[in-house]
Amino acid sequence: MDFQNNGPETASEEQLFVPSEDVREHLVVVGNGMAGCRAVEELLARDKHRYRVTIFGAEPYVNYNRIMLSPVLAGEKSFDDIIINSRDWYSDNNIELIAGDPVTAIDRAAKTVTSQSGRTVGYDKLLIATGSDPFIIPVPGKDLPGVISFRDMKDVDTMLAAADKGGNAVVIGGGLLGLEAAHGLTLRGMKVTVVHLMDSLMERQLDEAAAWLLKSALEGRGQTILTGANTEEIYGDGKVEGVRLKDGTEIPASLVVMAVGIRPSTALAREAGLEVNRGIKVDDHMVTSDPDVLAVGECVEHDGNVYGLVAPLWDMCRSLADGLTDRHTGYRGSVTSTKLKVAGLDVFSAGDFSGGEGCEDIVLRDASRGVYKRVVVKDDRIVGAVLYGDTVDGGWYFDMLKKQEDVAEIRDLLIFGQAFASGGGALDPKAAVAALSDDAEVCGCNGVSKGQVVACIEAGNCSLDAVRATCKASASCGSCTGLVENLLAVVLGDDVQSGPKTLCKCTSFTHDDVRREIVAQNMRSIPEVMQLLHWSTPDGCSSCRPALNYYLLCALPGEYQDDQQSRFVNERMHANIQKDGTYSVVPRMWGGLTNPRELRAIADVVEKYDAPMVKVTGGQRLDIFGIKKEDLPAVWADLNAAGMVSGHAYGKSLRTVKTCVGSEWCRFGTQDSTGLGVKIERMTWGSWMPHKFKIAASGCPRNCAEATIKDFGVVCVDSGYELHVGGNGGIHVRATDLLCKVTTEQEAMDYCAAFIQLYREEARYLERTAPWIERVGVDYVKQRIVEDEAGREALRSRFLYSQSFSQEDPWAQRAAGADAELHQPLEPIAIAAE
Amino acid sequence: MTDWIDIGTLADIPQRGARTVQIAGEKEIAVFRTGDDHVFALVNECPHKKGPLSQGIVHGYSVACPLHNWNIALKTGEAQGNDEGCTPTIAVREEGGRILIARPASLKAAA
Repeated sequence: MDFQNNGPETASEEQLFVPSEDVREHLVVVGNGMAGCRAVEELLARDKHRYRVTIFGAEPYVNYNRIMLSPVLAGEKSFDDIIINSRDWYSDNNIELIAGDPVTAIDRAAKTVTSQSGRTVGYDKLLIATGSDPFIIPVPGKDLPGVISFRDMKDVDTMLAAADKGGNAVVIGGGLLGLEAAHGLTLRGMKVTVVHLMDSLMERQLDEAAAWLLKSALEGRGQTILTGANTEEIYGDGKVEGVRLKDGTEIPASLVVMAVGIRPSTALAREAGLEVNRGIKVDDHMVTSDPDVLAVGECVEHDGNVYGLVAPLWDMCRSLADGLTDRHTGYRGSVTSTKLKVAGLDVFSAGDFSGGEGCEDIVLRDASRGVYKRVVVKDDRIVGAVLYGDTVDGGWYFDMLKKQEDVAEIRDLLIFGQAFASGGGALDPKAAVAALSDDAEVCGCNGVSKGQVVACIEAGNCSLDAVRATCKASASCGSCTGLVENLLAVVLGDDVQSGPKTLCKCTSFTHDDVRREIVAQNMRSIPEVMQLLHWSTPDGCSSCRPALNYYLLCALPGEYQDDQQSRFVNERMHANIQKDGTYSVVPRMWGGLTNPRELRAIADVVEKYDAPMVKVTGGQRLDIFGIKKEDLPAVWADLNAAGMVSGHAYGKSLRTVKTCVGSEWCRFGTQDSTGLGVKIERMTWGSWMPHKFKIAASGCPRNCAEATIKDFGVVCVDSGYELHVGGNGGIHVRATDLLCKVTTEQEAMDYCAAFIQLYREEARYLERTAPWIERVGVDYVKQRIVEDEAGREALRSRFLYSQSFSQEDPWAQRAAGADAELHQPLEPIAIAAE
Repeated sequence: MTDWIDIGTLADIPQRGARTVQIAGEKEIAVFRTGDDHVFALVNECPHKKGPLSQGIVHGYSVACPLHNWNIALKTGEAQGNDEGCTPTIAVREEGGRILIARPASLKAAA
């Protein structure tokens, strides 16, 4: 049956042997994309052994999730993250994959297909899943180098290469694909203009109001959006240089992405003489006009409809696999909904929202949260819905729309969503998911219903990760993670196995997720993080707010506006609160050195403000106790006058640099540890960190400064400086790991700066260096700091850049009157009784 | 009959923050402003170890005590979650842009 088994790739003895032995019917699939592979998955799930399967793919890859190309472009995911089926899947199921070699002809009489490389393969059943081609508008210049579409991994590679050079990009088309391309290119540093023919963005999915919100949000991120803009020409000499519009406007660009739409890829079927209209015509079992040729996905036309979304495709694959295994359920067409993240913004639409006779709109707007919801009702039934900003209830509306449910009774509450409208205890999200019907769609990306998720959990998948790995719910864009978690809780109660710990109860994301997304989506404020990452509380809690404040501060040095109300009291008051509500004040003493002027000023403060106690701290400084919050600014002014600044003894920040006297005085000293300590403290003071950070420098291996239980410790030796990391005292004492040995003082400083920055960027908030290093391993830290010289230098310069904004004495600012209301009570005025 | 005391305007209190007010002979009062600009007043003492609630992080309609992170409901003064205890609340109203708090009963009796 197989006419071509003498090529180099299939010449192994085993493979020559198999076809003659394997008498099963041969299913050849043209198209290694989402539809083709899903159809095979569905088929294998029904009957693993019925067909021998060969898959041809035009792209030189395994099966990947095309929907997720946008996150790859945006830098949020790698190609490996979006692979649906790895090589193992093909080999485990004895599927022959011929990738990078598109099929160019079908001979229906001989029942063979022929590929570009000349390979001819016979089939018993042929499945065409060629998907769709990008639509290229026929303007002059459309073929210039630098004009591309956004359809496959190659396009993404081209865009990434262009973005590396920077400059301007034009995206033609303000639909989903175009906006995703524009978002990714913006994140990659290009200046992007979106040119859209229609008057409002995504006009097929959004009404005008939602489109306007979307446009404003995108403009806020620096994109230029031109609507009602008609492209006349793409100009350039030998390569693209810009786009000219009908009105004469010229937009310079080194890259033009054409994303105006897609159309079914039908050329192959047409040439084979199959019946083709807009798409390849198929019946309810996805059979074409030739009973041995099937087709599925975006390339087909069923009952006059062509679909460009993923959900109908899953329905088709199920019907197709049923048909191939003699179960004749049949495909009945799909009602589609769109739940999307456009450039990180949540958008949902379903049904008909164009209005019209007898249609009534129910609208909710919450401008400050950036939320817009519109449900269109006709004869007490939902006919359409558009949601922007908060799409949690999209699935619920869509479910009622599909079932044509009578909503008269809940109409008043409908717009507030399922939790509210269902009344009573349903404000509990678990009750809300319990109330969903079994066929309600939970995961739109992978077409998984609630019933399938529940079955998957009941089959023994007891954690979010296990569910994701098995039925794929929430494995793609993740917006349904909360729903899946609630289903786990409903089905298993307390037996849910938790995955990585979430940041706090306000979110389902972990610290690492949140940090990654802050950078990837270029988030700039705490409310923005909470909005984009679906925080479940209006303004967080005392766990997440300080963490977010730190992550933003670290990500955006010099730009982020610190939120005082998201800091713990000590960092807000720049002093340490004590059990009686008074504060203790610790001025900085560089490297533990002091002088008569400082000592006099401290003595004067103690007397003037009647401080009940003054104590030498473990970090070689003096701590003044019992200061009232009202007196703090005056105390600081007095200390400033003697040249002292805040010691940050209260902060998740650089605390002290402890030193011994070193070679200047000590008969054992090998290097100037005191001088080095002072220099390190001058470099590092004022920096905010995930947790407190202590440094010490000892002048010889006797280690009087106890450098081996510090976050960063230097032990001087005759031949240079030993650098130690990850130690602390405290409840669980941990001695440091030796990072490396360096020969000069400057190197010791450079490694210190790089290490601090690595800790600042990668440790979780409230994680000290000791547990962080236990978690990531000292080898990882060595690799980043010691082995990777360029990386070390980059870390160091990021630290110094960040420090250029942070070394301003907060005490001096307060002493000069900043934030005075934090220190002063309100003045009551008694008024008449009533 | 209630005595009302004018303590200033909304703008005097930081959003998601608090100010204190001292009325002669009384315990210090903490006046909170939430993220959505509601104002609540409580005695400035956590029911646990008397921590100054005015210095805590205000989130939703709760404040986290700065000493041991107990969460106190601003409406009722009650400790949340597994903690038990209650801080006295003081009535607040707004009139012509001014914030008024009710004079604590004990002081009124003494006056």
